[in-house]
Amino acid sequence: MKNQLLSINDLSHSDVLSILNTAAELEKITSGANKKLPTLRGRTVVNLFFEDSTRTRISFETAAKRLSADVINFSAKGSSVSKGESLKDTAQTLQAMGADAVVIRHGSSGAAQRLADSGWISATVINAGDGTHEHPTQALLDAFTISKAFPDRKNDFSGVRVAIVGDILHSRVARSNVLLLTKLGAKVTLIAPPTLLPVGVEQWPVDISYDFDAEIENFDVVMMLRIQLERMSNFFFPNEREYSRRYGLNETRLSRMKKSAIVMHPGPMNRGLEISASSADSSRSVIVDQVGNGVVARMAVLYLLLGGAPISEVLS
Amino acid sequence: MTYTLTNVTLPSGEVSNIVIDGNQILSVGTQSQGDSIDCTGLIALPGLVDLHTHLREPGKEDSETVLSGSQAAAKGGFTAISAMANTSPVADTAGVVEQVFRLGKEAGLCEVFPIGAVTVGLAGERLSELGAMADSAAQVRVFSDDGKCVSDPLVMRRALEYVKSFGGVIAQHAQDPRLTENAQMNEGEVSSRLGLAGWPAVAEEAIIARDILLADHVKSRLHICHLTTKGGVELVRWAKAQGISVTAEVTPHHLLLTDELVESYDPIYKVNPPLRTQDDVDALRAGLADGTIDIVATDHAPHPTEDKECEWSAAAFGMLGLETALSIVVKTMVETKKFTWTDVARVLSSNPAKIGGYVRQGQELVAGSPANITVINPTLEWSVNREELSSKSRNTPFHGYTLPAKVIHTIFEGVIVVKDGELTGKKHD
Repeated sequence: MKNQLLSINDLSHSDVLSILNTAAELEKITSGANKKLPTLRGRTVVNLFFEDSTRTRISFETAAKRLSADVINFSAKGSSVSKGESLKDTAQTLQAMGADAVVIRHGSSGAAQRLADSGWISATVINAGDGTHEHPTQALLDAFTISKAFPDRKNDFSGVRVAIVGDILHSRVARSNVLLLTKLGAKVTLIAPPTLLPVGVEQWPVDISYDFDAEIENFDVVMMLRIQLERMSNFFFPNEREYSRRYGLNETRLSRMKKSAIVMHPGPMNRGLEISASSADSSRSVIVDQVGNGVVARMAVLYLLLGGAPISEVLS
Repeated sequence: MTYTLTNVTLPSGEVSNIVIDGNQILSVGTQSQGDSIDCTGLIALPGLVDLHTHLREPGKEDSETVLSGSQAAAKGGFTAISAMANTSPVADTAGVVEQVFRLGKEAGLCEVFPIGAVTVGLAGERLSELGAMADSAAQVRVFSDDGKCVSDPLVMRRALEYVKSFGGVIAQHAQDPRLTENAQMNEGEVSSRLGLAGWPAVAEEAIIARDILLADHVKSRLHICHLTTKGGVELVRWAKAQGISVTAEVTPHHLLLTDELVESYDPIYKVNPPLRTQDDVDALRAGLADGTIDIVATDHAPHPTEDKECEWSAAAFGMLGLETALSIVVKTMVETKKFTWTDVARVLSSNPAKIGGYVRQGQELVAGSPANITVINPTLEWSVNREELSSKSRNTPFHGYTLPAKVIHTIFEGVIVVKDGELTGKKHD
């Protein structure tokens, strides 16, 4: 495995399996009263967040702390970054402070790769979302969630049909999930109005549909994406009502889904826009599970990338 | 001073002596006079002419000055360059263009022709005092808001019409602003993967199409800056077939590089207009070969290190070009057998001189012509090292490339400003 995670493309198929298996193992071990493992004791993980994202930051922070790493949260707001400090200077500061891993969230696509490739820092770089490019740990937690929903498949998703619905154009979650889920064998269909699909998407290894209703009974997984309300000002769709009607997950659509199918959402949700409250809270919804799975998936990533002491050893 | 370039190969392939006396070519033939400079195996081209550079002075002298830009130009074999108007203050008055013109004279390494802004402050709203700039000491004939598009069709129409009174030309930066809001790279398969906002070809082509029709309607001269798309080439080809007075340029980097380089997210490849696809590159080369595209112009765009040493979206658009242009043209056009040396002289010297109205430039190397000559070694390969460039900036995408053809001597108005590839310290007074 590479010592950084910038894109799902950094992971081989066996790397993915290793992360998913490690996540399962870590979940088992930390499900009891003592949630903490000493495997990364003495290591420093920096959460470098140039964009607000409370849930992703807390998830990484929890994951690192459960592995006994020291965690520093460096948020752009109120720091020197907001005073115009460059990514380079920030990176070199973290390097000087001895960071072992930098978890970076940035509004600019490619910022994580830039940080990793620039030579400014020798720490392991983990992409926690870069612009509209990728969010690889989100895809890993989603795959882990699907894996748990379909335990018989043992991480082989061939034949599993996944619909990703919504703003594909601006979604880093969609890009990472397309790469990861297809790597695991799933058949992915992107469903969106044409305005919210990138030009060039026809080259992706996916099916494209503009019609949410056409095949809804065939999907095993329906993953809804958040709609940013500011998209309306750029004419991506006429208004919320129309979007919700055509691409929202409501009761009618929920009722047409397969009995075994699950509903996912990376959060935060716009209840009533891309997903109705009843769909979000239904028995098919694994949205809350995704949050918990996020912690163990990120533990697995930190553990494997930072080469923590073997789990069996630290347990004894 | 009188001296002779001996045994030099002319673009036609003929081997001759060129005798230079003062600022003129005295003879081309077998005679020799004064000191000899042995040019066996070297090719003499009329001094190269660049219709599109950014010299950053006044305002951004940390990136480039008229002097450092002239030095880079001389090293690159240019005896004339044009300075775009997007300085600070903008070159939209006679005062600013005269300042740039004077700085060029003082540098004395090549002719520096200021380009005047079409609109005040490049804002696209009101015409600059185009006539005052034309009548100034700088004698401006090329006008451009380059960096920004003259997007308002009425403003563009009026500008095209107005400059007819003094034989001017509008050089358009074809970029529909609404279709490229926040755009970062060519829109296509690569941008879809990288999650960078797309810059569609249509944003360039729509403006080219509109302006071709406007130029036809008002019977004025239009020049299209840095063409980058296959569709744009086809539009210009169509316009020329109709007899519309349009000329077009392509940059060296668009002849060689493609948008796949952006996969590195290294902003050294961030440029406006963006790098396109291999299909576009092929169309640009074909268009240059068949004369649809008239010239190669560098769009030399220096930027300080900190403006490139950052994340992609925060970085500045632009690449250096003056010191590598000839080599890239040789690599993409001569080595691929699309071009003879006469063609090289055409697109890098005589055509740009004609478009700009640069009367002492781009002339055939014959007795009586001004002594603006570039002598190159066509077979010498060299390695681009950004630390060795004469430009004040380092943002070349060709660092580490091994390129064919090296500029050996640059002769500006008879003065040898570059000899054996190095600045001599001499200048034309």
